[in-house]
Amino acid sequence: MTVFLQYLVNGLSMGSVYAIIALGYTMVYGIAKMLNFAHGDVIMIGAYISFCVTSYLGLPAVVSVLAAVVVCTVLGILIERLAYKPLRQAGPLAVLITAIGVSYFLQNAAQLIWGATPKNFTSIVSFQVPAFLKAYNVSAVSLVTVVACLVIMAALMWFTGKTKMGKAMRACSEDKAAAQLMGINVNRTISMTFAIGSALAAIAGVLLCSYSPVLQPTTGSMPGIKAFTAAVFGGIGSIPGAFVGGILLGIIEAMAQAYISTSLANSIVFAVLIVVLLVKPAGLFGKYVPEKV
Amino acid sequence: MSSLTGTFNPVMNRRSVIAGVAGLGATSILAGCSDSASEGGSGASDGAAFKIGAIGPLTGAAASYGNSVCNGVELGCKDFSTDEFPLTSKAEDDVADGEKSVNAFNSLADWGMQALVGPTTTGASIAVAEVANSDPKVFMMTPSASSPDVTANKTCVFQACFNDPNQGENAAVKLAEMFPDEKFVVFYNSGDPYSAGIRDAFVAKAAELKLEVVDEESFKDDSQTSFTNQLTKAKDAGATMIFAPIYYTPASVLLTNANEMGYEVKMMGCDGMDGILGVEGFDTSLAEGLFLMTPFSADEEKNADFVNAYKAAYDEVPDQFAADAYDAVHAIVMAMQEAGLAIDADPAEIAEKLPAAVTSIKVEGLTGTLTWNDKGEVEKDPMVYVIQDGKYVAA
Repeated sequence: MTVFLQYLVNGLSMGSVYAIIALGYTMVYGIAKMLNFAHGDVIMIGAYISFCVTSYLGLPAVVSVLAAVVVCTVLGILIERLAYKPLRQAGPLAVLITAIGVSYFLQNAAQLIWGATPKNFTSIVSFQVPAFLKAYNVSAVSLVTVVACLVIMAALMWFTGKTKMGKAMRACSEDKAAAQLMGINVNRTISMTFAIGSALAAIAGVLLCSYSPVLQPTTGSMPGIKAFTAAVFGGIGSIPGAFVGGILLGIIEAMAQAYISTSLANSIVFAVLIVVLLVKPAGLFGKYVPEKV
Repeated sequence: MSSLTGTFNPVMNRRSVIAGVAGLGATSILAGCSDSASEGGSGASDGAAFKIGAIGPLTGAAASYGNSVCNGVELGCKDFSTDEFPLTSKAEDDVADGEKSVNAFNSLADWGMQALVGPTTTGASIAVAEVANSDPKVFMMTPSASSPDVTANKTCVFQACFNDPNQGENAAVKLAEMFPDEKFVVFYNSGDPYSAGIRDAFVAKAAELKLEVVDEESFKDDSQTSFTNQLTKAKDAGATMIFAPIYYTPASVLLTNANEMGYEVKMMGCDGMDGILGVEGFDTSLAEGLFLMTPFSADEEKNADFVNAYKAAYDEVPDQFAADAYDAVHAIVMAMQEAGLAIDADPAEIAEKLPAAVTSIKVEGLTGTLTWNDKGEVEKDPMVYVIQDGKYVAA
């Protein structure tokens, strides 16, 4: 039983990281109706910024997270302005290809700036976990990740549900043209969405690398793809869906590694996704949450 | 040790950091072997020197390996040159790709190469070994390609490094000697022929030696970010020591994860673990007490001359790739004299006569005492080091 709980904790921690990334995917998809495949690479940039601030400038971890958030937010807005905005009227495929291009661009830029040699990311959280929790593999990072994930989800629900900007986002999500007629600045709303998504990516990057310390230009790729899977799993566009999808994906992955095969874990994760989509094509929450963010 | 096939490898080169910061771009990194076709050694001017070719990835993801090999060959040609037997070398870039490696081989053959030290990576070496072993034959000794497929059924192809099965067996023998009472978990990359090759031989030999292997855990390149689940399993199975024939990048994750979990476990790796102390940002105190079975240590007294000369020439500490390449040059020179071959001997004649000479010599090299069997495989004593105070100490 102890061992089972340990796997569950491992799955929850990894799942929370996926969930934070998936929230970014789902925000952008829900409002801009586009898959931002460069999201995973913004995560990587965020992690590098944090790494540089702590390792090269010697500043405290909190400052490094803030720096990462600022840089990624600006980067997200820039990417949107330069790469996606000119394609607002183009077909979805053109935007998708552009997103993949941006992803490669970011990876190669990172390789030029920081080199291909992997760096070891030092965890940003270092408090001691009580022994009774430690027995179940609960680490400081996993506690922080789970809490951060819950806070972010609650904040996003509140933001899209209660604030004026949130309402504007939901309006854009439902019908861009109608929203514009109602006096909503659609371009600014979409930029705002990218800013939020990229800020989330920065936080996800720091937490991801605190959890699995290898930092290299491709760090964001696989977690990015898995988080995208989680977002689809939960019903893309739905905030609680991304959260539940991420957590479930982490747990399924941990259990598959624990009880079936470590080598086959990824295949099992994606097989589960296929089965879920066959039964519920809109994802777990896609159907029951009519108000897409 | 390397099993790169030219596609992707997590272990990247350190030079690209410098080049990247300088904004030069990954394709222009040709440090060390200052350009892709540099000539070195003495006697290059009068043209009457013995010509040794070197092939390795001088650019791309595996560039650090190729640069080390080419530097090792260049330095070897300088050090083993004599007035009667001057040496010259030329290096070609193959970007760790089989096809490009064969092109590099052909261009070296046009240059008049009499013996080849290379290629560096396994995929490229398998491709080139085929060509080198078909008429007109050229003698080839790879310093670092560790798969048995490189030398299998070829008369003029030799290895200067351990092959994977040898390394696995040696590891089992050493562990049985040093830690007979530990319970082992084997931790390997199932998608990497280097790692899986060592694992297969290790498991077979461990069974024979009655080592207690309680668990086996694997991962793949796309899932080497976190090993918490595998470690949970190993801990649950009661493992007290990890045998990890993996590269140093995933190994650094493994050590970090184990530390976070509070899992106190001994660990031994093979030559792929060499380099772990150089990972930027890695808390090297986690590697204290880590055992590695690697043929070369730059910290050892007897290698000081080589290390200093290498540092002076290339401004970095030599790794085992450089040492293996240096030993390969050493072996070729010794075997040439053993076979009584002239300095201007035809490459085909060398390819015919040198193999017999190589199997009869004994090289006191940087990586131990080297002898070869008629299959082209090297035999040398494996050395086990333990990391103490950030240095390799003989265990």
